[in-house]
Amino acid sequence: MSEATNGKGKLALYWAASCGGCEIAVLGIDEKVLDVAAAFDIVFWPCVVDGKVRSIEKMEDKSIDLCLFNGAIRTSEQEYMAHLLRQKSKTLVAFGSCAQEGCIPGLANATNRDAIFKTAYFDTPSTDNPNGVVPLTEYEAEEGMLYLPYFYNTVKTLGQTVDVDYYIPGCPPEADDIWDALVAILEGNLPPRGSVIGKHSTVCDQCDMIKTEKKIKEFKRTWEVIPDGETCLLEQGILCMGLATRAGCGGMCPKVNSPCIGCHGPNEGVEDIGARMITALSSVIDSDDPEEIERIIQEGIPDPVGSFYKFNLAGSMLRRSAFTSDEGAQAGAEAETA
Amino acid sequence: MKRISIDPITRLEGHGKIDIFLDDQGEVANAYLQVPELRGFEQFCVGRLAEDMPNITNRICGVCPEAHHMASTKALDALFHIDPPPTAKKLREMFYSIFYATDHTTHFYALGGPDFVMGPDAPVAERNILGIIKKVGMDIAGKVLKMRHDGHYLIKKIGGRPVHPNWGLPGGVSKGLSKELREEVEARGREAIEFAQFSIQLFNDIVLGNTDYVNLITNDAYIHRTYNMGTVDENNHVNFYDGMIRVVGPDGKEHAKYEYKDYLDYVAEHVEPWSYLKFPYLKKIGWKGFVDGEESGVYKATPLSRLNAADGMATPLAQEEYERMYETLGGKPVDHTLATHWARLIELLYATERWVELATDPEITGETYRLLPTETPDEGVGCVEAPRGTLTHHYWSDERGVLTKVNLIVGTTNNNAAINMSVKKAAQGLIKKGVEIKEGLLNTIEMAYRAYDPCMACATHTLPGQMPLEVTIRDSEGEILEQRTQNLD
Amino acid sequence: MADERFEPKIVAFLCNWCSYRAADLAGTARITYEPNVRMLRVMCSGRVDPQFVLKALSLGADGVMIAGCHPGECHYLEQNYKTMRRFAMLKHTLKALGVEDARVRLQWASAAEGTRLANAINEMVEQVRALGPLNWKDNWVEEEDIDAALDRLVEEHAEAMEVPA
Repeated sequence: MSEATNGKGKLALYWAASCGGCEIAVLGIDEKVLDVAAAFDIVFWPCVVDGKVRSIEKMEDKSIDLCLFNGAIRTSEQEYMAHLLRQKSKTLVAFGSCAQEGCIPGLANATNRDAIFKTAYFDTPSTDNPNGVVPLTEYEAEEGMLYLPYFYNTVKTLGQTVDVDYYIPGCPPEADDIWDALVAILEGNLPPRGSVIGKHSTVCDQCDMIKTEKKIKEFKRTWEVIPDGETCLLEQGILCMGLATRAGCGGMCPKVNSPCIGCHGPNEGVEDIGARMITALSSVIDSDDPEEIERIIQEGIPDPVGSFYKFNLAGSMLRRSAFTSDEGAQAGAEAETA
Repeated sequence: MKRISIDPITRLEGHGKIDIFLDDQGEVANAYLQVPELRGFEQFCVGRLAEDMPNITNRICGVCPEAHHMASTKALDALFHIDPPPTAKKLREMFYSIFYATDHTTHFYALGGPDFVMGPDAPVAERNILGIIKKVGMDIAGKVLKMRHDGHYLIKKIGGRPVHPNWGLPGGVSKGLSKELREEVEARGREAIEFAQFSIQLFNDIVLGNTDYVNLITNDAYIHRTYNMGTVDENNHVNFYDGMIRVVGPDGKEHAKYEYKDYLDYVAEHVEPWSYLKFPYLKKIGWKGFVDGEESGVYKATPLSRLNAADGMATPLAQEEYERMYETLGGKPVDHTLATHWARLIELLYATERWVELATDPEITGETYRLLPTETPDEGVGCVEAPRGTLTHHYWSDERGVLTKVNLIVGTTNNNAAINMSVKKAAQGLIKKGVEIKEGLLNTIEMAYRAYDPCMACATHTLPGQMPLEVTIRDSEGEILEQRTQNLD
Repeated sequence: MADERFEPKIVAFLCNWCSYRAADLAGTARITYEPNVRMLRVMCSGRVDPQFVLKALSLGADGVMIAGCHPGECHYLEQNYKTMRRFAMLKHTLKALGVEDARVRLQWASAAEGTRLANAINEMVEQVRALGPLNWKDNWVEEEDIDAALDRLVEEHAEAMEVPA
């Protein structure tokens, strides 16, 4: 660790396109936060500490020992911060689902900037914009110039923007996993660079439900059925992403009868979580008749992009839907059925 | 004009920067709080399954996901035309009260609180939760940590996860409350009431007992007379979970009271080219710019607004405190932005009382906590009071329950115009010709937005930083007039 | 405008026992078919992981074909039924992502059906040719000059007055 005047290392936490849940998650380690404070000087954490970007720009390269970066990259300012913090940090960790795979902001990859602006600034029924004003990257106000960052068409993950040393998965990561990862990083007890610091099995491993054989004749929407509270949700026809999702959360959602939605990212060795779900689900559909199969799929999964790639669209193999600049182009939105 | 830029603003949730322009006299010509981020939920939720929305909209905010989860779930009730059973509604409101107590605690002790408890001019290293701990001692800090811990623990046990619960469905919730858990909820709730009372006592001693702070609260630089919005129950008492939306004018008289589904008749959103965030205003008054008064459609939706818009609190201890606040500050409505911190603590007390009220309701452990929808979904509006303001989710779907259109008006968005006005007025009141611009002065300007607990709150403050800082003032040619640094390596 | 005719790049996964033999047969019988297909032999169409298809498309393929034994004739008994279901779900997902229908095709062909396979290939090549190149990576290229936007940010930071929170 770098020798600050007080012997502490330097820690930075930054948020790009995210929701703040990762900040709360870090604080979920409760009083252990004081241990973190004892080991590190936090040099940058806009949510919590009054540091400015300028002070980071002036730091020496690699003078920040550890940077926990949460959030996806979808504006020029966020890309700038990703590059800056990579430059100034010895170890850069993609913290949470947004940084690892795009998470919910990544769903914007089913659409594009023009469509988003049109909806937000013109089409929503409460918007009143007779002069057609849109936010501009440069605007000359009466008193001087005002700047906003450029808004990308496609959300990127941190790994698609800069070199990432480690990933901590989860939306947000669980407090215990965060603490374990911090300890592992401090002790140097780590998997190879570029790895995910996490378990190597699926949520099914941690789920308490009784699992027998799966034979699906029909996929049911969560509001169509009340689960029995004991058996595997998928066996009851409810689409559960646990099959392909990395363990670590403890299977919390099934404990309240809700299916896993995949927020912990793909399991080890899975590059595209949607593809893995397709494989897993197809093998248990109980039909060999092409027409019946079509019907089961079309009726049961009307939104494959949302269901399979809710957290992972930006980090998936195709990364986004086909891009067109038409306003009506909502390729991901047009999940057509017969 | 000279430009002072605060980038990024800190100790709030979300991204923002403030630009303050000084004219040749050194007076503030204008100030802008720009929001440089947008994610596009209203667009990318089109095509998604309706039942995924409570989980997707959770991620609008990681500090108040419960608010979005509830508003979304209620929108689904409306979308599917299903009325949840009483047990479900009570469970939801109890869960929501627990969340409120947790969230308001973290804001007061970690975010806005340090400015008050430590003082706006306190050294930067002390102006955070650690400073508070030192000042008030580990006994008290332990209580704060316990309150937060208990809150998130119960949110996880009831709603599935401590952050981003997975529990709401059209027609109810996915799991009910066992008898064992109910006991735990009640026990922790009673401890929480004590904690809320203790927090108010702390506020009395440290803030109200200090004339400098009282002068700060009542300083004209922090006063805005605007409309106020909040949700009220059938007795016109504050309710976080359900009711009608009530708007009162700067004179305290009722301007409107409406059901959620009619919100479009009352609220519209204005767009400016210098911020990604829109500016809601009252439609029937109209957008007149960033100005105060009865003729301007600008309104606030904050804890203070909720208390202003209601006739009282629904629980006894909170009602006592409500009366005391208005007596102290000279009657209703109260327009002192910094009094929002007080209002927040009164809401904290109400939330804990309501928590216990519902935990001891005979129906709370009922076995019917979900009904299956039978009608075809088409359109629905769901609202709750998020801690930071009235939250509206409006969904349209096709007959399969796949969304075709989405409209969201999120808590802090309601206050966007007011926040800008507060920052500008505070800057104008505090930066004058001849005044030395010091770090503490600028923090006092920032207090103007922190009172609103903007956007997604950040849970706690941690560390003292030896905050490095550099202030550079240039004239209109770009020549440096003054430069000051502190703690730069 | 005499542009070069667009030649689609199609990746095909052919099962060892039926469809790959069909391709062999087309060869020995001197049946001509379009040369645009890059063939990969797998033991069974059921071996084809949807990730292979997605990877091929993301890396520059204009189309992907999966070919296997007719249902009921799979060398491994039932696995081509899994292929069929997997394919249906994959197509459903690809459609939602805006990948045109003709670009990903499932074709059954027994070892004796060299002509059938050749015809299917020809048909697919023409359909994809009409659709044009996929160039999937272009979907995520930003139209604005990102480097210029980043430089602007550096300037903006350098000239702004900094102020403590």
